[in-house]
Amino acid sequence: MGKRIGMEVAVAVAEAVALCNIDMAAVYPITPQSHIAEHLSDLVADGHIDCEFVTVESEHSAMSAVIGASGTGARSYTATSSQGLMLMHELLPIASAMRLPIVMGIANRAVSGPLNILNDHSDIMPQRDAGWIAIFVENAQEAIDLSIAAFKIAEHKDVMLPVSINIDGFQLTHMVEPFEMPTQEEVNEFLPPFVPHATLHPAKPVTMGAFAMSDYFTEIMKAKDEAVKASKKVVQEVFDEWGKKFGRPYKLVETYLAEDADILMLTMGSMGETAKIAIEELRSKGVKVGLVKLRLWRPFPFEELKAIIRNAKKLIITDRACSFGGPGGPVFSEIKSAMYAETHRPLIYNYIIGLGGRDVQVKEFVGMFEAVLADTDNKAADTYEFWGVRE
Amino acid sequence: MHTVENFDLFAPRLINKQELLSSGHRACSGCAEVLAVRLMAKALGENTVIASATGCMEIISSMFPTTAWQVPWVHVAFENTAAVASGIEAGLKALRKKGKIDQRYVKVVGMAGDGGTMDIGFQALSGAMERGHDMIYVCFDNEAYMNTGIQRSSGTPMGASTTTAPAGKVSIGQKTWKKNMPEIMVAHGIPYVATACPSYPLDFIRKIEKAKSIQGPSYIHCFSVCPTGWRTPSHTAVSMGRLAVETGVFPLYEVENGHYRLSQDMPKKLRPIREYFKPQGRFRHLTPDQIELIQEKVTIEFQKLLEKAKFLKTGNE
Repeated sequence: MGKRIGMEVAVAVAEAVALCNIDMAAVYPITPQSHIAEHLSDLVADGHIDCEFVTVESEHSAMSAVIGASGTGARSYTATSSQGLMLMHELLPIASAMRLPIVMGIANRAVSGPLNILNDHSDIMPQRDAGWIAIFVENAQEAIDLSIAAFKIAEHKDVMLPVSINIDGFQLTHMVEPFEMPTQEEVNEFLPPFVPHATLHPAKPVTMGAFAMSDYFTEIMKAKDEAVKASKKVVQEVFDEWGKKFGRPYKLVETYLAEDADILMLTMGSMGETAKIAIEELRSKGVKVGLVKLRLWRPFPFEELKAIIRNAKKLIITDRACSFGGPGGPVFSEIKSAMYAETHRPLIYNYIIGLGGRDVQVKEFVGMFEAVLADTDNKAADTYEFWGVRE
Repeated sequence: MHTVENFDLFAPRLINKQELLSSGHRACSGCAEVLAVRLMAKALGENTVIASATGCMEIISSMFPTTAWQVPWVHVAFENTAAVASGIEAGLKALRKKGKIDQRYVKVVGMAGDGGTMDIGFQALSGAMERGHDMIYVCFDNEAYMNTGIQRSSGTPMGASTTTAPAGKVSIGQKTWKKNMPEIMVAHGIPYVATACPSYPLDFIRKIEKAKSIQGPSYIHCFSVCPTGWRTPSHTAVSMGRLAVETGVFPLYEVENGHYRLSQDMPKKLRPIREYFKPQGRFRHLTPDQIELIQEKVTIEFQKLLEKAKFLKTGNE
């Protein structure tokens, strides 16, 4: 059993990655990812991690270098945020098309402009269609556990896809929280060495990243879609295995007091904890509200989510990004379309909250529930609103 | 000259018979670049991993589901070849150290065109060289974005007509001097920088072999005649490369730990550049005055190189 300790979350994530026997890491500094990069550097400098540590000259090169290293069969890690992730954008679909099990920590941060270093999800949302498995975490324990589990998911022979672990920048990365850190022995038991199928080595020469025109491109895209969809099953299996070994089970969609709720609220990432307090407050007053926390963003857990929200009267979806001039928040748009063909479905409301580090307090989550309760003629359903805009 | 004329006599002894870039690829006829890549692969041998940038050499050699490559080869994107190669080098190093792969020494090579090296890939290359990865980077310079249709790059020479710097009533075509990429690499303080051209195959192979023997980063700038983009007959690709060298437009030299040496193939007296310009469609519009202006620059640059070779001689280390 690991010890229960307190530590800054970014530092803890680096410690967790250090337990994974990585062969290579490439990082470029960006706020608020930098504490992950710095602590990894410390661990390498003190000999705690036996890996090649490449301090590249940009995030584009960080992703390029981990693609190259992963191509040789090396277990490879990188971490970034915001503009860094946007700079990597070009390479993300290539990494997934090449079926490379890279793990990337993302300290989610608002995308410029204006320049803003604080948290929202506008960096990960444009990466939605990159073919990466995208997992969101809520607290230190989840950030640690799932950073380790990510390697097992990515390297599973039925998956072989890159995985991003989304950790809210500052709100989560820079918090000091208590958690239980698995021991090296436990991680060794859980995470076997990576056995790649084909690698860049003269022992068995292969061509990777070949050029494909219209005669093969569609089939390759279809194969990728199948691979990403099929990975959902493995994600849950690895979560189950983690639960069995460490006593902390995870689900693709988590719930809190959702079963009998009339109004559900859906969050992704660290804000779930604040929303939970608001729900407890309203429950104590007899209002039947509940929480849905979406952990797996890609592949999207359609069936799991539908089963949970189907019987609610109203569903509030909180988004930490906006699709400008589009349907509102990206999570809202996804779920709305998922429910389109359902005869039995809740009215769906969308609040875009917490942009660029804007704090969203318990009373505001209460406020969102109250606003939806007050919408008796359902006028605000199927629309979106920027919550808490100063006018 | 002598060695090339007697190539059949020399080749079996000096050149690896293995074809690591097999025939049947899709390069244009008369492509000097693919000739250079083939010679490079021969010089490198099978214990090599190659990372290639997007470009002619990538698309002609890797059309899915076929490949012309007999050595491990990877393409990721256009501007990141040096970064990909540095990751491969790091990965192989770690795996070898941990005993996860066999212990043989594998040379990692990055290859890209002039655009992929001098323009869009410049930052990634500079970073990889500065970090000191044990790798060779070879720029196959055909002096424009040929794969996309002859657009100008920073490797395009002054006065050349390209599709984005066309010669016109008020334009001579390319209005800037070619970026001196080998010198920029020398400024990185890396152990080995060389220029080469497949028209001098033994010199090119020797330079690749030398780079291969060096622990650390090395850079080879390979002048690669493109008959399609230069508007020259395809059978003249090799002779055009020789003219570029003999006129001093592209001098062959190497810089080992900061010490310069002109290649043996360099003539004592340069031929006038008009002999090199005349057969090329891309320079056809130039007036004698304009050619004279370029001649002056070529003469000065060559003089500078001679000075460096004189005062920063190899053997003076």
